[in-house]
Amino acid sequence: MIKPFAITLKPGTSLANLTGTWRTERPVYLDRLPPCNNACPSGENIQGWLYHAESGDYEQAWRLLTEENPFPAVMGRVCYHPCENQCNRGKLDSPVGINSVERFLGDEAIKRGWKFSVPQHSSGRKVLIVGAGPSGLSAAYHLARMGHSVEIQEAGPLAGGMMRFGIPKYRLPRDVLDAEVQRILDLGVRLKLNSKVANIAQSMQDFDAAFLAVGAHIAKRAYIPAGDAAHIIDAVSMLRSMEGKEKPMLGRRVVVYGGGNTAIDVARTARRLGATDSIIVYRRTREKMPAHDFEVEEALQEGVMIKWLSTIRQADEGQLTVEKMRLDDKGMPEPTGEFETMEADSLVLALGQDVDLSLLEGVSNLEVKNGIVQVSDNMMTGYPGLFAGGDMVISERNVTVAAGHGKKAARHIDAFLRGASYEPQSKHELADYGKLNTWYYSDADKTVRPMLDIIRRQTSFDEVQGGLNETNALFEARRCLSCGNCFECDNCYGVCPDNAVIKLGPGKRFKFNYDYCKGCGLCATECPCGAIKMVPEEI
Amino acid sequence: MGFQPVKFYQTGTYTVGNRLLSPDQRSVQAGESRSNSINSGHRACQGCGEALGARYAIDAAMAESHGQLIAVNATGCLEVFSTPYPESSWQVPWIHSVFGNAPAVATGIAAAMKVKGKTEVRVVAQGGDGGTTDIGFGCLSGMFERNDDVLYICYDNEAYMNTGVQRSSATPPSARTATTMPVGPEPGNAFGQGKNLPEIAMAHGIPYVATATVADLRDLEYKVRRAMKMHGARYIHIFVPCPLGWGTASNDTIRIARLARESGLFPVFEAEQGEVTSVLKIRRKITVEEYLMPQKRFAHLFGSHPHPEMVARIQDIADRNIRKYGLLDEEAA
Repeated sequence: MIKPFAITLKPGTSLANLTGTWRTERPVYLDRLPPCNNACPSGENIQGWLYHAESGDYEQAWRLLTEENPFPAVMGRVCYHPCENQCNRGKLDSPVGINSVERFLGDEAIKRGWKFSVPQHSSGRKVLIVGAGPSGLSAAYHLARMGHSVEIQEAGPLAGGMMRFGIPKYRLPRDVLDAEVQRILDLGVRLKLNSKVANIAQSMQDFDAAFLAVGAHIAKRAYIPAGDAAHIIDAVSMLRSMEGKEKPMLGRRVVVYGGGNTAIDVARTARRLGATDSIIVYRRTREKMPAHDFEVEEALQEGVMIKWLSTIRQADEGQLTVEKMRLDDKGMPEPTGEFETMEADSLVLALGQDVDLSLLEGVSNLEVKNGIVQVSDNMMTGYPGLFAGGDMVISERNVTVAAGHGKKAARHIDAFLRGASYEPQSKHELADYGKLNTWYYSDADKTVRPMLDIIRRQTSFDEVQGGLNETNALFEARRCLSCGNCFECDNCYGVCPDNAVIKLGPGKRFKFNYDYCKGCGLCATECPCGAIKMVPEEI
Repeated sequence: MGFQPVKFYQTGTYTVGNRLLSPDQRSVQAGESRSNSINSGHRACQGCGEALGARYAIDAAMAESHGQLIAVNATGCLEVFSTPYPESSWQVPWIHSVFGNAPAVATGIAAAMKVKGKTEVRVVAQGGDGGTTDIGFGCLSGMFERNDDVLYICYDNEAYMNTGVQRSSATPPSARTATTMPVGPEPGNAFGQGKNLPEIAMAHGIPYVATATVADLRDLEYKVRRAMKMHGARYIHIFVPCPLGWGTASNDTIRIARLARESGLFPVFEAEQGEVTSVLKIRRKITVEEYLMPQKRFAHLFGSHPHPEMVARIQDIADRNIRKYGLLDEEAA
C-alpha cells in the first residue's frame, strides 16, 4: 500500500480502541415475568403462546399453551381471565383479549384435529384419580404425559365434573367439552364412569399414588321455614338435571336465592326454560356481590331481575316472605324488621357447595377442617401418597384454579413416585408497566367478541359469546406487548451508537459486545418491553 | 406522500425492526448486513446522537447506492471523534479537508467522478450545524445554487460541541452555551430568527430538502433513500441531541429527539423544488416544558427563579410550527 502523503503512522481502525472501558453500568438481557403469566391460576405462559400466535403459528401456540393447561377451548369460554385484569395494555388502551385468543386456539385445535404427543416412555407407576372434573382431568393429562399409567374413577355418568354439571350450555357447548376430554383420554388415560369410590384407602391399594378431586357437589342449605306445598330445590341439582332428559319444572316465576356466579347461572337458565320472571334475591348490594360483574350485566340484559338487600324468611305455596336488610358500618347486612311478600312458583337455593367427604373415612393422618381437606404445600394430605385438589381444598373455586391444581398435584405426585421432591423454578422479577417503553406499540383497540341476539339469549341455550375468526384473532394476539420478554424488534440493535449489540439471527435474540459498549443505556431505555436492565459494573 | 408507516404489526414501524414484517419492508438498521459505516471504537460520548444519526444516514445511503459512495466530512464532532490520527471508524471512502469547505470538496469529487465516467458513484457531504449553518454556509449555498450532484446532510446538535459548547446560528433561543449570557433578564441565547437552514435550502429551489430526527428511524431512512434516488443538490437536516452539550442523560438521546418533534419545536417534513410535500404528524402532542425540562441547558427557565414568559415564547415558536406545517392531524387538532 502506498503510504498517504505526510503520514508517518500506518492508518488503522478504531476497533483498536476498546471503548468498553468507559462503562460504569452494563446492559444485560433478561426475561421478566409478564403480569398475565403471573396472574394465571393455571400458570400458563401466556406471553409465550401469544408470541407464536402473533406470527400465525397457531399450532405451536396451542402446543405451548397446553404444556400447562389441556383445556384451551373450555378456558376460552369460562375462565374469568384474571390475566386480562393484570394486562399492562389495560393501562395503555384496553387489555389484550387473551381469553378470546385462547378460545380461538382451542377451537382451531378441535377443527384441525391436533393431538397431544403421546409419551415415549412408561414409568410403570400407577396413579388413581378420583373425579373427572377439571382438576382430575388436568392431573391425569400431566401425569400421563410424564409417562405414568393413570386411571380416573368418576361417580357420575359423564366426564367433566362441574364443567358439565355446573356450567350451563350457553356458556360452554358440550361438544367442545367432549372434544377436549377425549383428547386427554387419547393419551391412554383410563376413565371408569359410574364408579363411585366409597373408600379411598381401599381403592388406592392397587395404585402407587392417588389424587382426590371429587369437587364440591353438595348444596349448602339455609334454614327457611317452608309450607308443605312450597317448591324448593337447590342450584346444584337444578343445573345437574339440565344434563338429563327431564328438564326441571320451575314455573313462570322463579326466585333464586344467593349472590354468586351459580345464582346467576341458575337465573339465566330459568329464563331460557321459559320463566317470565327470573328474580335473584341477595342480601347485600351489587358492589358486595361475589358474582363477576360481566355475568351480572349479561343476566340483566337478558331480563333477569335482582332484588338487593333482601333475605328470604318464609316459603309457602306460590309465595315468599322477604325481609329487607341494610348494611351496617362494616358492610355486613342486618335485618330491618320490614317484611314483604313476593310471588314465586319455585325457589332455587344457590348458597354455595360442600364436599362429600364420605370416601375419606378410615384414612389415617388425614386432617379435615370445616369440611375442607387439609393439604401441605405439595398438595399431599397427611396420608402418604394421597393428594387432593380442586374444590376440595381451600382455594377460589373455579375451573382455571382447578386445572392449575391438577398440574401442580401432577408434578408433586411425579416427584413422590420418584422419591424426590418437586422444586418449582424461582419466579422472574415482574415486568410491571413502569418497565415498558410504550411509545413503540401501535395504537389498537381491543377486538369485541360478537354476542348472540338478546331474544335468542332468552329463549335458547345457544352459546352467548361468539369467537374470533383468524383475522381478528391474529390482530388481537399482536396487541400483546410481550412484557419483559424480547420479541426481537431490533431496537437495541438499532439504537446503539457504538454498534455494540450483536444480532444473532431470527429466534436467537441478541448479545452485547462489552468490548465497545460504553454503557449509555439507550438500549435499555428504548427497549419497548423491558427486557434489558442496567447493572452497575464492579469497580 | 411521504413515509408510509405500516399500520399494524404490534409495533408497526415505530421500532427499528419487526419480525412480523416481510424482509423488503424492514429497515436498513435492522439488517445483520448493514454497512455499519461508523464502526465501534469511535470516541463519541456515551449516548451520542450524532454518531447514531450519521450511521443511520450513511448506512441508508450505502444501501441505496449499493456501496458506491464517497463521504466528505466538514470539521466538527463527527470528524474529530471518528478519525483521531491514525485511526478511522469509517467503513466508507471518506475525506476531510477543512471546516468550511465540505460542500465545495464534495462538488469537486462529484465532478471528478463525472469526468471519469463513474456515474454509479454517489457523493454525500456531511457536517454539524456549525460547519453547515455558520462556517460552511457560503460553500453550501454555492453548491445549492449550482445544483451540484451532492447530498448534503447536516447533523444538528444546536451548538459547537467538541470545542466546548459555543453557540452557533442553529442554537435555539434561551439555550445556555459557553458563549451566551449566563444571567440577566433573559439568560441564554437571544430570541431571534437564527438560521433556519432547511427553509434557506428550500429557498434555493433545489430538488429535495428534508428534516428528520434520530427518534424516527424509518422516516429518516426513507428520506435518505429518496434523496439518493434523485440527482442535483439535495439537503437533509437531522436533529441529533447531544447529552454533553444539552445536559441530558446519555440514555435519553432518542427520547429528547422524540419530545422535540412531538412538541412541534422541530418540524419534520420534506420538500421538493421549494414546496413542502409531506410532514410527519405529531402522534401525542406535548407542551414545550416536557421537552425543555429534562435539559440542563434550559434549567434557568425553571427552578427557583423561573422564566415562564420565556417558556411561553418558546411555546409560541412550537405553535407557529404546528400551524405553518400542519403538524397536527385534523381530528387530533
